[in-house]
Amino acid sequence: MREYLRLFGAFARIGALTFGGGYAMLPMLQKEVVEQYGWATEEELMDYYAIGQCTPGVIAVNTATFVGRKQKGALGAVAATLGVVFPSLVIITAIAAFLANFADLPAVKNAFAGIRVCVCVLIFNAVCRLWKKSVVDRPALVICLAVLMGSLVLKFSPVVFVVLAGAAGVAVKAWEARRS
Amino acid sequence: MIFLKLFFEFFKVGLFAVGGGMATFPFLSELGPRTGWFTQNQLADMVAVSESTPGPIGVNMASYVGFTTAGVPGAAAATLGLITPSVIIILLVARMLAAFRDSKLVKDIFYGLRPASTGLIAAAGISVVLLALLDRAAYASSGRLLDLFQWKGFLLAAALLYFTRWCKPTKELHPVAFIAFAAAAGILFRFAGA
Repeated sequence: MREYLRLFGAFARIGALTFGGGYAMLPMLQKEVVEQYGWATEEELMDYYAIGQCTPGVIAVNTATFVGRKQKGALGAVAATLGVVFPSLVIITAIAAFLANFADLPAVKNAFAGIRVCVCVLIFNAVCRLWKKSVVDRPALVICLAVLMGSLVLKFSPVVFVVLAGAAGVAVKAWEARRS
Repeated sequence: MIFLKLFFEFFKVGLFAVGGGMATFPFLSELGPRTGWFTQNQLADMVAVSESTPGPIGVNMASYVGFTTAGVPGAAAATLGLITPSVIIILLVARMLAAFRDSKLVKDIFYGLRPASTGLIAAAGISVVLLALLDRAAYASSGRLLDLFQWKGFLLAAALLYFTRWCKPTKELHPVAFIAFAAAAGILFRFAGA
């Protein structure tokens, strides 16, 4: 039991003290998981990260599941994962409840109208970052633009595009292999 | 049963959103109008709050949407839905870690998935831009093109682009700094006209 609580606690600390998830979480993970508890080596952590990026879902959650499983099996995985999401639940619920009560104040309305402009810029920057990592050659460019145009014009669920793009990736690579 | 529906919708997001962080955004941008749970404006606010608070962005967004839709139990249902596919997939993958990491099929699938995720986020981003920078209601009532483009918003967007991309001293700052700056500008220049 104590080990489960320690997994939950360590990952709750990681969730509470890192802004942004993903790579922002790496230094905290190194401190808690590698240095403090010795639950994984530096190399294992990098492996978990690499696989977290090659599996769907939130990378921080994937990493927590890996570390928890290695320590205490499936239940350990659940303990660590619940730990990493627990602070988000508490903090977001408090803020959402607070904002819901003040949403009609003029200052809050004006502030969020300004913030929405900032969200546009943040999303634009995120797209630029992802673009560099994902659009690596011409077929990838075609996939990206096809999905962009497709989802602007057709109101399909993103799930459809994800499944089609995965199939397209396999098809492109198979075609390239046959040509060479 | 709203809790089951929240769980199921976020289960889908957790299963298909690839690439972390902002990857959940296009799914939520489609979810809001389809279910009527939240508007695009509310979603943009949730992005801002999720970026400015600790924790993984995808998890924060799920908690926020869940809470807005069905209170604290809703937040729990949505968050659990989001993480359940991850836990299942990782538990399966962990048994064959090396085989999965070196699999050509997995690499090829993700070669296609990554640019698709970028395209989806860009498309969803365009819908937020249309809302934040264009005032279609004002244009419809006055018919003047000048009313369509919110010049204050464009100026702020230009300033933020400069500070986040080209200005060396501020480029590395955390997004929360830019969100705070935008909020101050919004209040000072009455962005909502309130």
